[in-house]
Amino acid sequence: MIKIEVDMAQCQHYGQCVFEAPNIFKLNDDDKLEYLATADDSERDNVESAVDVCPMQAIRIVE
Amino acid sequence: MPDPPADPAAPVVIVGAAMGGLRTAEALRKGGYAGPLTVIGEELHAPYNRPPLSKDVLAGVVTHESVAFPQRASTADVEWMLGARVVSVDLAARTATTGDGVVHSYAALVIATGLRPRRLDLPELTGRHTVRTLDDAMALRDELVPEARVVIIGSGFIGCEVAATARKLGCEVTVVSPSALPILRPLGSLLAAEILARQEAHGVAFRLGHTVTGLVGASRLEGVVLDDGGVLPADVLIEAIGSDCNSEWLAGTGIDCSDGVLADGAMRAVSTDGTVHDDVYVVGDIARFPNAMFDDAARRVEHWNIPTDTGKRAGAVLAAWLARDGSYPAAAAAPFAPMPAFWSNQFEVALQAYGLPGLADDIRLLEGSLSSEAIVGYYRGEHLVGVVGLGMKAALLPYRKVIAESAAAAS
Repeated sequence: MIKIEVDMAQCQHYGQCVFEAPNIFKLNDDDKLEYLATADDSERDNVESAVDVCPMQAIRIVE
Repeated sequence: MPDPPADPAAPVVIVGAAMGGLRTAEALRKGGYAGPLTVIGEELHAPYNRPPLSKDVLAGVVTHESVAFPQRASTADVEWMLGARVVSVDLAARTATTGDGVVHSYAALVIATGLRPRRLDLPELTGRHTVRTLDDAMALRDELVPEARVVIIGSGFIGCEVAATARKLGCEVTVVSPSALPILRPLGSLLAAEILARQEAHGVAFRLGHTVTGLVGASRLEGVVLDDGGVLPADVLIEAIGSDCNSEWLAGTGIDCSDGVLADGAMRAVSTDGTVHDDVYVVGDIARFPNAMFDDAARRVEHWNIPTDTGKRAGAVLAAWLARDGSYPAAAAAPFAPMPAFWSNQFEVALQAYGLPGLADDIRLLEGSLSSEAIVGYYRGEHLVGVVGLGMKAALLPYRKVIAESAAAAS
C-alpha cells in the first residue's frame, strides 16, 4: 500500500494528476480535487507521475 | 554510433541544476543507469519550482525549502556542483570545463542550461528587476510595498502575473508593452481582450503600443521614459520581455544553437551538419525539438511541463545507450509526443491550456461565456491543436485526448 497526501492549501485543482493517475484523482462537478488517500502498490508509478506534473507540487507519497 | 566510453568512472554530466536536470537524473536512474552522475549548476539553490516565483514568493514569506523539489532516494548519490558554471565543452575529448579551470570528463553530456531573462539596454539603476530565479523574486519582494509605483515592461504571462500580484499587494501598477493586447501572441485576441478587461477592472493600468526608451534617476530609479516622450514616475521597474538561451558555452562544438539547442525526437543534440550525437542530450526550455503530436518542425516550448517531459525522454534514451544491451535503437526510435500544458493565475482568472494554441489559424469559443467561464478552441485548418480554459477545469480535461488525436492530422 502507498499513502498519498495532497496539501489542499496549495492545490489549485488544475487536474494534471487526474490524467496521470485516473484511479486515484478526480475533479468533481465543482472543479475541486478529490482523491484516494491510500492505493495499491501497483499505482505507485502513476502516482509518482502525478507528483511530478503537479504545477503546485502539492502531492506527496508518504513513505 | 560511437560506443559509451570503457572508463566506468566517467560520470554522466548534466549541465543545469533546475527542473530539467533533476528530471533527467531521476529518469536515468529509473532507466537502470546506476553509474556516477554529476549535476553542475550556476545557481546556489538545489532545483526548485518556478511558478510560485511570480505569485506566492512575491506575496509572502516563502523560502527555498517551500519551493524545492523533493529529493528522491534514487538520486541521493548524485553529485551536485552548485554555484559552478560550465564555460566550454570538447565533444571529441568528452570533457566539460568549469569557470575555475577544472576539466571534467564525461560519459555523456546533458544540456539543461535553460534561459535567462532578456534585459533592455538601459542604465543600471537600483529598482530594476527581472523574475526568473528565486533570488530575483526575493529581491523584488522587498520592494513591492503598498503604494510603490511599479512599471512592468512586457504583457506576456510573467508580466501579467506579476502585475496581478503587485496590485494585490497594494502597488500602483502600469504595464507597458508594444503589443496591442496582453498575452496576444499565445492566446489570440478573443481571450487577450478579456484578460485586459479583467486586469483593468482590478486597477492595473496598461500603456499598450508603447516601448520604454529611457530611465530617470541618478542611482535609484525615479521614472520610466516612453517612446512618446511621456514619463511614468516609478519606484520599481520589472522587465518581463522574454528570454535568451544560455547556449554560449556550446560555441565551437558544431551543435546547432540557432534558437536554443536543436534536438531530435530522442532529445539527442544535433549539429548544424545534421550529425546526431548519441552522447549529448538536450532538455528543458532550451531544447528545440520536434513533437510528433503536431508535425516534424522543431520548436522551443517554454511551458512548465516541458523540462519534465523532455528530461524523462532524454533519461530513458540515454540510459538505454549506456546499458549496451541492444535496447538503444528501439528506445531512440519510440515516438515522442508530449502534451504541452500551461497555467496562469491572475486575480480570479485561472487560465489553463493544452496543446499549442500559437499554431492556430482559427479560434472559436467552444463552451461557456468569456465574461464568466469559458473554453476556447484553437484550430489549424479543421483540426484542434490547442484549448484554453478560463475556469471550467474538469470540462477542459477531455480535450487533451481530442488534441492528441487531431493535431497530427493537421500537419
